[in-house]
Amino acid sequence: MISNGKPSTINIILDGKEVEVPAGINLVEAAGIHGTEVPHYCYHPQLSVAGNCRMCLVEMGTPMRDRATGEAVLDENGIQKIGWVPKPVIGCGTNVSPGMHVKTKSSMVTESREGIMEFLLVNHPLDCPICDQAGECRLQEFATDYGRGYSRYVERKNVKPKRTKLGPRVTLDDERCILCSRCIRFCQEVVDDDVLGFVDRGSFSTLTCFPGKELSNNYSLNTVDLCPVGALTSTDFRFKMRVWFLKESPSICVESSAGSNILVSSREGKIHRITPRRNDSVNDSWMTDSGRVLYKKVSSDSRLLSASVSGNASSLTEAISAASEMFKDKKLGVVGSCKSSVEEQYLLNKLSKNLKAKKFLRGHFGKDDGILLSADRTPNLRGNLVTGFSNKYPSDQLSDLSISIQKKQVNALLVIGEDLSESGVDLEDLKSIPIVFLGTHQNATADFSDVVIPTLTSFEKSGSFINRSFRLQSFKQAIPGPVGLLPDLHVIASLINALCEDAEQSSDLASIWKQMSKSRTNPLHGLIFSKIPGDGLQLDGSKWNSLPFIEKKAMHFSPLKQLQKSKI
Amino acid sequence: MIKKNIPKERRIILKYADDPGYSNKMNCYLKNGGYKMLKKAIKMKPDEIGEEVLKSGVRGRGGAGFPAGMKWKFLDRKSGKPIYLICNADESEPGTFKDRQIMYKDPHQLIEGMMIAAYAIQAKQAFIYIRAEFFEGARILEEAIAEAKAKKFCGDKILGSSYSCDLIVHRGAGAYICGEETGLIESLEGKRPNPRIKPPYFPAVLGLYQCPTIVNNVETLCNVKHIMQMGGEAFSKIGKPNNTGTRIWCVSGHVKKPGYYEFECGALTLGEMIYDICGGLLPGRTLKAVIPGGSSSKVLRADERFTGKLKDGTEFDWGIDDIPLDFDGPASVGSMSGSGGIIVMDDTVDMVEAMANINAFYAHESCGQCTPCREGSLWMRKITKRMCSGDARKEDADLLLSVANQIEGRTICAFGEAASWPTQSFIAKFRGEFQDKAKHGSSKPKLQLI
Repeated sequence: MISNGKPSTINIILDGKEVEVPAGINLVEAAGIHGTEVPHYCYHPQLSVAGNCRMCLVEMGTPMRDRATGEAVLDENGIQKIGWVPKPVIGCGTNVSPGMHVKTKSSMVTESREGIMEFLLVNHPLDCPICDQAGECRLQEFATDYGRGYSRYVERKNVKPKRTKLGPRVTLDDERCILCSRCIRFCQEVVDDDVLGFVDRGSFSTLTCFPGKELSNNYSLNTVDLCPVGALTSTDFRFKMRVWFLKESPSICVESSAGSNILVSSREGKIHRITPRRNDSVNDSWMTDSGRVLYKKVSSDSRLLSASVSGNASSLTEAISAASEMFKDKKLGVVGSCKSSVEEQYLLNKLSKNLKAKKFLRGHFGKDDGILLSADRTPNLRGNLVTGFSNKYPSDQLSDLSISIQKKQVNALLVIGEDLSESGVDLEDLKSIPIVFLGTHQNATADFSDVVIPTLTSFEKSGSFINRSFRLQSFKQAIPGPVGLLPDLHVIASLINALCEDAEQSSDLASIWKQMSKSRTNPLHGLIFSKIPGDGLQLDGSKWNSLPFIEKKAMHFSPLKQLQKSKI
Repeated sequence: MIKKNIPKERRIILKYADDPGYSNKMNCYLKNGGYKMLKKAIKMKPDEIGEEVLKSGVRGRGGAGFPAGMKWKFLDRKSGKPIYLICNADESEPGTFKDRQIMYKDPHQLIEGMMIAAYAIQAKQAFIYIRAEFFEGARILEEAIAEAKAKKFCGDKILGSSYSCDLIVHRGAGAYICGEETGLIESLEGKRPNPRIKPPYFPAVLGLYQCPTIVNNVETLCNVKHIMQMGGEAFSKIGKPNNTGTRIWCVSGHVKKPGYYEFECGALTLGEMIYDICGGLLPGRTLKAVIPGGSSSKVLRADERFTGKLKDGTEFDWGIDDIPLDFDGPASVGSMSGSGGIIVMDDTVDMVEAMANINAFYAHESCGQCTPCREGSLWMRKITKRMCSGDARKEDADLLLSVANQIEGRTICAFGEAASWPTQSFIAKFRGEFQDKAKHGSSKPKLQLI
């Protein structure tokens, strides 16, 4: 389909207007490109076409050709006749062809939609006032947009199971289910965990788990997002908050280097849920269940809320000046983090360089699931490479730190978030030297650090991460941080300004990016933070090809070496 | 009084089935010339058989009446994938009981027809998908296939040739929708029989296991044997042009002699069938309505006049008795010959009750995959059930019609039409009876809106 680098396009006639659309797409997408909504329930761009809801019915015709000769059939004006299909066709299952005529507003289409809406509602409980989906319910939306607005149904509605627990995180209300089969197809096609299916038939068809199975895979909550109605609900979010009160902020999941695009829904500074944000180059429309609960850490009991110097609470300014006092004339060691943003890593590198500090970095690794949970359990390991904080692949230990301390190469330490006690460092060694800890949560290292400066989680600040495919993605602050805390960038910039001669480091993102993107050899060259597209920017990571990246092939990801091989 | 010339049955398919002493065993079939046609076919080129079938003009006996030869032509032979042949023996259309006779009484005829067809399309594997309720039929077929295998009429190296094709009997689990060919294929694959969307899943291209597949009805496949016997040309002379061969009509309802009768297509009219062949109505009754092709075809009212033009241009003006029994006759009066199930109703029938009965069937059998049929069929059942239990309202007739219209043409498979045509025709032709139900008022307290 690709010629001259451009996808080939064809022309169709949409509601009487000739428009250009990519070849091979279906009518729902084609109309969508040109701002015409074709309502649909079962169709999802990232799942197979089921064609069962029948909401996307449109009128379609193709230029007529003589069956025997293949010649165009002309009308009296010499224009090719259009062979209209006598019945409406499904937009999701019909692909565009050159010269195709499509009507999305004809009386046949309007009547079809009214009919389908009525059918969908006859056995659907009208419990919107207590339904969690209200406000983001396709059934509500399309009933108002395309329905008749009144009911002719006087019979009793079907009774089906309510509050079925499909798994640890998903609760099902079968009466609300419109049997679109999106959840079933998702489990089969994306997760390869075939646990959902319909039992019984006709209007009594019921969604359920197969006997002895449960919907417990790490992607189960995507079925809740996929559900166009309030049938599948998140057990965690159920009855907690009305969706129309929620503010949605685009962000990036920090669970692993997959870098799933997410939406953080919050109200009055409190996060209520995290849902995936569509990005066809990274996570399609999915994310892990384990990534969705990370917001709970924001207000966990172990959250560091105030700065301290030698165990006594202090103000942030006092802590920063105490830290810079401590580092004066010391052989500083800096323990960076793969969880920091690109900007933070850049400033930390700058600080290290200016003070000739020794840099240390550790990784956090687990198992690949082949989809969206990668073996590298940090969001921004590659940021350290791009910003120059590190040029080798980190191990999951900090053994060289112990050696450096023992050899007296390091006699003061700045630690960003890491727990040294879990990184193979002997705590006895650390007792002899001053330690400054920057982090969001309490850990053993924070406990014995001389200065503790609390920082912000990714939900409370802005910045960018570089994911496993070297894709640069920015995230925006979703909620304000705890009172009195400042972004990590501000803290590091203050340290630079206090410790480096003539330094005037700003903590403003735009000016940091100005500095970062100067170098012509850097993949970030010429980039501006505010111009990073919503779906991210692919960087050239070939420079680091030789590093032993741990991630295996997964959704929209091939290890660099494989990627290059396939290109050849 | 002039003695009327009563049309005579012409039995081709059921030639021996009801003969005294005729059994469903191999020796009996061989005695009557069985498997000779397979022997002949296996020496021919497969395409030649296809040509004969195309020439014969034989139309599918399952309901839609699509020319079988044409169907075979659509088969994708270039894909390199194995080709499958499926015999649709899921005879479930209310009012139809013809395939059952063939399978129970003359199973070898089906096997022979199938093996000729399998050879003609070069099928790798053949299946008989038989409805669950025919457990005896499945047993008979299994036995017959075992006999045929022992004599090399099917299975490995048929009759010593290089062609092999196994034949398997697969029993359904009791669902009308399995008679829909793509639903049948899904069921055969071991899944829920949800019919597939067309395009792209045309069985001739993407059928069983996504391979090219031909699905034919039992009677159609039996005809293949007779086409071999008499040649496509000669077969096409039986019956009328475009309506070739014989058809087995299943007559049920209020006639004196209900049963199955095999006639040349167009050899008799509906009136002759009811009054001459089936002995007329029960004493003292008058004809009220006829459903000519299984419960999903549109009902015909006894006092209707049907006028119009046939495909060949001749004009007609028929009463219900004059409708010729072939494919095109019932179709030209707005109904269809469908599966050949003629249901006769006399003046004792309450049309609303009959409607309720039919609606109950379709609501029970809807697979539930697509919205209009799933919700519409049950809604129609609920309305007619309520009407019959004394709670009819005057707007119910219009509501029923509107619901049926909302189903027709908007579903994945033809079940949508099958479920809506009866309602549409009942309301169109017996609206008075539906409205009368409302006149008597309700025996119960007024309905409450839920």
